[in-house]
Amino acid sequence: MTVNKSQLVIQVNNLITHYGSKKILNDVSLEVKKGEIMVIMGGSGSGKSTLLRYMLGLNKPSSGSIRLLGTDITKMSENQLHQMKKKIGVSFQGGALFGSMSVSENIQLPLREHARLDESTMRIMSHMKLEVVNLAGFEDLMPSQLSGGMIKRAALARAIILDPQLLFFDEPSAGLDPVVSAELDELILRLRDAMGMTIVVVTHELESAFKIADKITILDRGDILMCGTVDEVKKSNNERIYNLLHRKPRRDKVDVDEYLQRLTGKSLKNNPVMKTTPGNDS
Amino acid sequence: MKYKIEKIGKGAAGVIEELGYAVMLFIDSVYWLILGRVNKQPVSLQLIFSQAMQIGVTAIPIVIILCFCVGTMLAIQGLETLKPYGAQAQVVTGIAISVTREFASLITGIIVAGRSGSAIAARIGTMKESQEIDALQVMGINPVRYLAAPALLAMLIVMPVLTIVGDLMGLMGGAVYTSYELGMSVSVYMSRSFEVISVYDFLQGIIKSIVFAMLIVIVSVLNGFQVKGGAEGVGLATTRAVVMSISAIVIADMIFTFFLTRI
Repeated sequence: MTVNKSQLVIQVNNLITHYGSKKILNDVSLEVKKGEIMVIMGGSGSGKSTLLRYMLGLNKPSSGSIRLLGTDITKMSENQLHQMKKKIGVSFQGGALFGSMSVSENIQLPLREHARLDESTMRIMSHMKLEVVNLAGFEDLMPSQLSGGMIKRAALARAIILDPQLLFFDEPSAGLDPVVSAELDELILRLRDAMGMTIVVVTHELESAFKIADKITILDRGDILMCGTVDEVKKSNNERIYNLLHRKPRRDKVDVDEYLQRLTGKSLKNNPVMKTTPGNDS
Repeated sequence: MKYKIEKIGKGAAGVIEELGYAVMLFIDSVYWLILGRVNKQPVSLQLIFSQAMQIGVTAIPIVIILCFCVGTMLAIQGLETLKPYGAQAQVVTGIAISVTREFASLITGIIVAGRSGSAIAARIGTMKESQEIDALQVMGINPVRYLAAPALLAMLIVMPVLTIVGDLMGLMGGAVYTSYELGMSVSVYMSRSFEVISVYDFLQGIIKSIVFAMLIVIVSVLNGFQVKGGAEGVGLATTRAVVMSISAIVIADMIFTFFLTRI
């Protein structure tokens, strides 16, 4: 099936990235259509958070291209990248709200930077987004006074304040109770339906992924194992995918030579990539 | 042996890399201060103002106290050393020149490095650890424009002002002690001091304070941006920022004094 190019919002082609001398992503290609919810799954250290960082333009890849909304962000000038960022919303894993600003100041920051609006308009807009995420009445609190779920919702409100065409969501349900994470899932679906956003969610929560995803991409040790609909993923007979979906521990065969090499610390050239950027996966 | 040489080599490369980074950071900050408005991404006046308040206004009491103490100390030592020559009255000249040329800017620099250098490094470091810097970047807000440039401009405005406060308090400290010891009135002491101090002496202190301001901001911002390793990393970066900026201030002071006294 060929897809009209203009419908592709994200196109990652042959992306290869390194962390130091370690290869993290190994020839990753990915396509996301307009209005689609793409869930990127994988265990800790699979490279999913790394892939997200590259798609956000936070790091420069070793090779490959990343096209967002039709243009390659790896070849953009600072100014073009600046323009592009107005069309993208990101909600980080820990929320990344600015600790020195209240909730409403946090949400208004992108407006203040990118649009010339008067105070009352900005206040109304931020209140509207807070209503969307069910956080009305909390605008004057500081981030440190919010619970985990509230922080995620406030971060989401900040991510959508400029009505982005493309929304990235890193670990929406990590560390939240089931009710709150179910609410967030609904919110993601509502955003797509109401605003027609294309949404990329990085998660390792199966339940949430199956509920919201149009398509699921499964990453494992820097490779894409498969990319398909929820049903296709569920039916997959790949061992690693099966393990991921059924919470089975890995039972990799031990290569004796390699194990010895690891222990003695000699000649690690052929050691497969095991870990991604530290601190991003939990 | 090979391992040691490798380690030295890596260390040297690290130092050069850091120096290069510092220079880039400075150029970038100045770029945003001058051309930000043209590019429709101005450095926020509100941020500059709040930084100036934090760095400058809140530091005034401690600058007053410490510079007063230094002035008094110079008077005590000066009178003591000049006594055998019966030239105690000359203490006025000594204090006036050493305070304006040297001590006011140096003490102010050390105070500001300790207070605000650590605060800047800790703030940026914490922001980096909690992905707030990433958040700024994906919002299309350049972190240097948002975090470094306001601090730099605020510091450039505030340091000379604090140094002038320090000048006055240093002289005052000298005056109070001398009037007590020699029976010279404070007003006579002050007017004699102002006769002795030339514009050049005064400017020497001000120029130094501007250099110190740049050093403190760049060193602190640099250490903040380089944080890794959680809360412990933030602590290390904060300590490093203070130690490095005070060292930079003292070394720069020596170099400047050497050249400025030769003009």
